[in-house]
Amino acid sequence: MDWALLSESAANGALVGLMYSLVAMGIVLIYKSSSVPNLAQGAMTMLGAYVVLAFANNAGAPIWLAIALGIVTMFGVGMAVERIALRRLAGRPIVMILMMTLGLEIFLRAGSMTIWGGTGRPMPLGISDAPLFVGPMLINRAYAFGAAVAVVMFGLFALFFRTRTGVVLRAISDDYTAAWSVGISVERGVAMSWAMSAVVATIAGVLWGSVQGVDQSLALLLLKCITVAVLGGLDSIGGALIAGIMLGVVEGVASAYLDPMVGGASRELVDAAILILTILVRPHGLFGRYDIERV
Amino acid sequence: MLFRQAGIFHTNYDADRALFPIPGDRIMIGGLLALAILAPLYLNSLYLSSFILPWLVWTAATLGLNLIIGWAGQFHLGYAAVMGIGAYATVHATRFGVPWEVAIVLGGGTAAVIGVVFAFASLRVKGLYLALSTLALQFVMDWTISHVPAISGGTQATLQAPDIRLLGLPVRSEAGLYYIALAWCVLVTLFMLNLCRTALGRALVAVREKDYAAAVIGVNSFYFKLIAFATSSFIGGVSGAILIGTFYHAVTPEQFSVDVSIQALAMVIVGGLASIIGSYFGAGFILLMPGIMNSFIFWLATKFGFSLGIETLAHLPRALYGALIITFLLVEPLGLGKIYGNIRDYLLVWPFSYVKK
Repeated sequence: MDWALLSESAANGALVGLMYSLVAMGIVLIYKSSSVPNLAQGAMTMLGAYVVLAFANNAGAPIWLAIALGIVTMFGVGMAVERIALRRLAGRPIVMILMMTLGLEIFLRAGSMTIWGGTGRPMPLGISDAPLFVGPMLINRAYAFGAAVAVVMFGLFALFFRTRTGVVLRAISDDYTAAWSVGISVERGVAMSWAMSAVVATIAGVLWGSVQGVDQSLALLLLKCITVAVLGGLDSIGGALIAGIMLGVVEGVASAYLDPMVGGASRELVDAAILILTILVRPHGLFGRYDIERV
Repeated sequence: MLFRQAGIFHTNYDADRALFPIPGDRIMIGGLLALAILAPLYLNSLYLSSFILPWLVWTAATLGLNLIIGWAGQFHLGYAAVMGIGAYATVHATRFGVPWEVAIVLGGGTAAVIGVVFAFASLRVKGLYLALSTLALQFVMDWTISHVPAISGGTQATLQAPDIRLLGLPVRSEAGLYYIALAWCVLVTLFMLNLCRTALGRALVAVREKDYAAAVIGVNSFYFKLIAFATSSFIGGVSGAILIGTFYHAVTPEQFSVDVSIQALAMVIVGGLASIIGSYFGAGFILLMPGIMNSFIFWLATKFGFSLGIETLAHLPRALYGALIITFLLVEPLGLGKIYGNIRDYLLVWPFSYVKK
């Protein structure tokens, strides 16, 4: 057993996993407030990265300003998506809602390709490519930065849910009928959660864009992030964080050992296997609420 | 107007039980069938083999998926994988020298057996979680098909499908291939029409509406879910095999990727859940729309004299496809089948709109 390889792939895997959980947090935020599984989160991530790049390259803003402007724009986009597409589907069968998010995925993904083109572009965050030496391990700086941002975002959410708006959102996710009856505007809360999840998607898009370039493949984060969200429990933000680390470690270690055996691309297989196992063994995830209707 | 009914009144049980109780329907369907059978005589080969033929095969596949989503109420986001299993099994069987007629049944059977694996997820969870687990199974199947050389011949390989031989005679003409697709589509349609009025179909609908309630009135929901998954997988597998045999003539893993699953789901949703005529409309709409969009955009561009980049032209139809799915869900969630149904209801007893239908 090669301990150096094992620990290095585990450490990098954990950092990548934290970046997955950043995208998964967006799914969890929306699911918590409105029970809508947002399969368009990958496309939102991609759109966020493209919007930031549009501000940076086409409008010539410095990158930090472009990120701020991108976050503001995506806040509006998230609200608009909820208002136009999802609000009218409330109470419809889940197949309609799933199809709507899939339609949004296709539309947002192809729409941003139509506007900005499909060639990959770099996201100039100014993180050096040189690895970070921690003992015997080589750590990717971009991953470390992304993981740090994910942890900070998680901390911000923990604080946010103690504010007045946060308490309103928690009430909605707990029981929206009861929230309605005490005068909370459920529509506004749900729109708020879509907007916040679009903001998280933008941040995730910027970080992932700096790792792998901004192109269509950002939308493929969806499978991993759905896996993370389900494994952590679809209504638990802390669960998403821990599940992200777990998935990242398992994926990193498994691909380090499996890839040479099966000829590559074992990551997706690992993701799919974890998703299926989670659903079969513990569908409410590690930290989700145990009220999923079982057959 | 078309139907010339003054209300629907049956005077004996046979008329009530008939497959098409209204004479107007029978005449229209007879006419359509005659048009379909004579199609090779009056359609040029481009339309016949690149539009009508895939439409018919995809309609059969959509009906199979509609059986599981529309009638049995179970999710299936991995339908393309099932079609792919049928296609690969058939191609391998024919390459081994099994007659084609037997090979497609074998392919359908293989798809049904593996499709039941999807069903085991449905026995544990339902709704969203079933959708996600079938999606994951689609990824597993994709991976298995493309990474096991014995199935696909390697990740980048294309497997040539042998010529279709019916009763030992090779079918090579376009008309021949078209008739195979037509026969399969008609067969599946007849099966689905009859399904709606048999005990099996009614049991599936009972399971869809509420599985506890179905269990209370003595419907074994476990058993019927398995049946539904197996049947729809069989239809999907044979449709996949026929799609390869008559249209693609070669099989690659990308023909059955997750995008294709979503496309099949879009066909069902745009057509309308649990609607047979809707499956025809949905399949036709989703299949033919990109081509029509392309020529429409091209027409607009020449008419108004603006030029679009190659990348814009490549991605715009797909963006419009997404926008159309969204629009459909917002405007008519019950799909094209419901729109047809509304028009038909209006015309059925026209001009006596007050009579009982």
